[in-house]
Amino acid sequence: MPPYALRAPSQREDSTMKNFKNHIAPSGETKRGTPPRLAEKLLLWFLKDELAEEVLGDLDEKFYSTAEKHSTRKARRNYWYQVINYLRPFAFRFFKFKNSNTMFNHNFKVSYRQMLKNKGYSFINIGGLAMGMVVAMLIGLWVKDELTFNQNHKNYNSIAQMLRVESNGQGGIAVNNALATGMGTLVRESFPDQIEDLFMVRARKQAPIIGNGDKKFRETGVFLEENGPSVLTLDMVYGSIDGLKETRSIMLSETLSTKLFGAENPVGETVKLNADIDLLVGGVYKDLPKNSKFSDAAFFSRLLLLFRENEESMNVWNNYNIDIYVKLANNVNQEQLAELITEKIKGHYDDWARESGQTFILHPMQDWHLRSEWKDGKPVLSKEMKFVRLYGVIGVFVLLLACINFMNLSTARSEKRAKEVGIRKTLGSLRKQLITQFYMESFLYTISAFGLSLVLLWALLPWFNETAGKGIATPWNLLEFWLACTAFVLFTAVVSGSYPATYLSSFKPIKALKGGLRPGKGASHSRKVLVVFQFTISIALIIGTITVNNQIQAAKDRPIGYSPKGMIALAPGSPRFGQQKELMKQEILNTGMAEAVGFSNYPVTSTLGWNHGFSWEGMDPGFDQSFNTITISNGYADAVDMEFIAGRDFDPNRETDKNAILINESAMKAMQLENPIGTVVKYDPSWRDAVNYTIIGVVKDMIKGSPFQQTDQSIMFLDQEYTSYMYIRLNPNVSPSESLAAIGEVYSQVLPEAPFDFHFADDQYNQKFEAELRIGSLAKFFTLLAILISCLGLFGLSSFVAEQRTKEIGIRKVLGASVLNLWQLLSKDFALLIVIACLIAIPISYQVLQGWLNSYEVKTQLYWWVFAVAGLGGLVVTIATVSFQALKAAVSNPVRSLRSE
Amino acid sequence: MKETKLGDFEETILLLVGILDTEAYAFKIAEEFESQTKRAVSIGAVHSTLNRLGEKGFLTSEMSGATAERGGRRKRIYTITASGQRALEESKDFKLSLWRQYPAFAGNLKFGI
Repeated sequence: MPPYALRAPSQREDSTMKNFKNHIAPSGETKRGTPPRLAEKLLLWFLKDELAEEVLGDLDEKFYSTAEKHSTRKARRNYWYQVINYLRPFAFRFFKFKNSNTMFNHNFKVSYRQMLKNKGYSFINIGGLAMGMVVAMLIGLWVKDELTFNQNHKNYNSIAQMLRVESNGQGGIAVNNALATGMGTLVRESFPDQIEDLFMVRARKQAPIIGNGDKKFRETGVFLEENGPSVLTLDMVYGSIDGLKETRSIMLSETLSTKLFGAENPVGETVKLNADIDLLVGGVYKDLPKNSKFSDAAFFSRLLLLFRENEESMNVWNNYNIDIYVKLANNVNQEQLAELITEKIKGHYDDWARESGQTFILHPMQDWHLRSEWKDGKPVLSKEMKFVRLYGVIGVFVLLLACINFMNLSTARSEKRAKEVGIRKTLGSLRKQLITQFYMESFLYTISAFGLSLVLLWALLPWFNETAGKGIATPWNLLEFWLACTAFVLFTAVVSGSYPATYLSSFKPIKALKGGLRPGKGASHSRKVLVVFQFTISIALIIGTITVNNQIQAAKDRPIGYSPKGMIALAPGSPRFGQQKELMKQEILNTGMAEAVGFSNYPVTSTLGWNHGFSWEGMDPGFDQSFNTITISNGYADAVDMEFIAGRDFDPNRETDKNAILINESAMKAMQLENPIGTVVKYDPSWRDAVNYTIIGVVKDMIKGSPFQQTDQSIMFLDQEYTSYMYIRLNPNVSPSESLAAIGEVYSQVLPEAPFDFHFADDQYNQKFEAELRIGSLAKFFTLLAILISCLGLFGLSSFVAEQRTKEIGIRKVLGASVLNLWQLLSKDFALLIVIACLIAIPISYQVLQGWLNSYEVKTQLYWWVFAVAGLGGLVVTIATVSFQALKAAVSNPVRSLRSE
Repeated sequence: MKETKLGDFEETILLLVGILDTEAYAFKIAEEFESQTKRAVSIGAVHSTLNRLGEKGFLTSEMSGATAERGGRRKRIYTITASGQRALEESKDFKLSLWRQYPAFAGNLKFGI
């Protein structure tokens, strides 16, 4: 039935309604009660009027027959059941005889047919919007994850970390987390009113070997005081939160517990720490979520274990090796409390603390992740926060791009439908009906795009988690997610549908049918602005992506100063390692599978170990800098493959070499030594007597810390005693699988209690690029999508333009225009837009990237070719996209385009 | 065009309409269905099927005179049309022809007589 045809008014038999409400039970049976009123009301509400009489009659009969056979209660229940069972289309009054429902079906059908008719256009429109949506969803989830860091801890709002602020010895102010145990004990005793609880944690991450029988694993863990877990709050699987009551106890994460004990409850069992002491398992907790500060902790154990279980170690003032966390009472002013703490601790300052002007601040848990960078003692916008904002902006922009496209294409298409509007109006369609039609259509598109984006999200989330280093769960059960999505879908549908709905529906039918309708100048202008806007974003993103890659490459191209390739690193977790070192080295060298073996007190991939108190002849009296100091064994230089610029390595045959040192190039420059070999350096640490050392060699700078920072000045001593890291250079002539097997065997013979858990040094080195690589791959992904979305939009728009100018092209062709002419005609407008986009994008991206690179010590230049490539790339992509349509229009037969009508 | 095939439930209902004759209205048909098949059915389901059979042209219906036991309400009595009759017969013939081709049954027939 045509939807707009006049229809007889629906037949409502209102006059007979009243009668139906009478229940006249068969005589003498009134005691059985009457059918439930409410059910009856419900029935009459939805049931078609013309069915009311017979249905009520049937149900009444059923009611009384059931009441007679069984009970009134059963009959009433059955009545309800029968009423519910009348909820069927045939009986439903709202289904057929109301005008709007037919309209609704009809609108839906027309929209659906429109969608199928313009397959390419629908695909572009829905696909583009879906891509934008999925990017926005991913980024939204990522931002939410960043913002909810540590919120799994129930005392999130009252926990704070104590930090110290002091002069860094070079004129600046540094904020540091490492504190002394004496401070913690003093603060705990002094402020019982303001501080509800306080616990100390070993500052440096510990990765000991945890073993149960044959199962031995190196695991990162947190060593803290016994009240720590209950302050942090953990979800316990087995045991209680007070599982660290005993000094020799441990709480395992669920993962580690499964690794060690399988599915059993391990509470009450013991595990071995570093193949040495037994720890009682006090509990098992659910793994902490990835966005928690302690998430990499596979276990919690007691701090005292690291201090040889010596209670006095909790009152030490000269060793800064712990973090202090406090749980504040309600309504405590943190700044005032921090000042009180500073006052209290001042009485215990040593010379150094007094000189550096040490003070304390409290850093609340909310700020740990996103607001934890300081410059000169003042909080500054941290890198993490910058990324949250950067990605947030990218997400909003990509979504905006997609929305703009969507609206752009919808309106462009709708102008083609002016005739349809004209015909509908002549046939008697009301304006309201047309508005509903257009809104319906845009709603259908948005909903399809939303459905598609959910599928994409489901498919992409695992990949995204891996790339972004996150553990984001699918948001299907997240109410906020659905609310946000619904709001967005409605918003997009309404906004993109509003132009055709309000503007097109206002056409005078005659005008629309005559074809005199020309799109306004304003519409085409705004469309151009939108294209420029889109490509500005795309080009800026291209420039950004190339620069991020350049930056990574610049750091990768630096000389490393040693060879991570072909080297393995180990930190044998056994108390016997000290005695067995020499034997181990000899045994490994004897296999012939290793070229060199060496030991050091800190990993070659870290910048740990800093000392001051060095002086030498000709030293600038104002020189007060620390040096990165490590102790190494004989063979270390060969094992890591250091490059000597001058002098020689330590010689095991020279007794005097124990008073010799090696320095690196940076140190040579910092010390301003022309000819450093033979220079005597006096080392006077405050904790032992001064000793004179002779420089015997200078090595090239080694990138031990971040490859994006300058290398540190560094001094190496020969002292094997405290070295716990072992480096082995593999024999390059033997395949690693063979040499590793042989070395592993020897290793297990010498130290059977410690696992042979080696790392390839180049893997460890490459981890230093992880953060930047992450930015790089995410930036690549977003850029690609932005370009794709822009192109889809451009493609749709150019096809629209080409179609609009079909007649013009036909006439031009008849008059002798060549294909090339026509192609130029259609392409040059768009090319101009891209040039404008370039002009806007280049300065903006230059500014932003300059700011980003300034946070790096080692940085790439902003090469001009990057901008050229991005601009040209944008242009080529545009021309290619537009040409497809332009050529199609240009080669078409003019007879066809001119013949119609 | 409406589909003119008979479903299993439809066929049963149609037969019951024939059996009940002048008493064929939704409640009675539902009762009869329950007592004959020992399966529960709601009046709504039966009514919906009757309605559909009407649309297919297998049934006609008209309102009967009012009776006291229904509070003076009339009931809709359904009657099988000629095409409904035909559809039933076709369905029966079709099934019989299938049964004849069914080997076990054919064998039984031989031995049974």
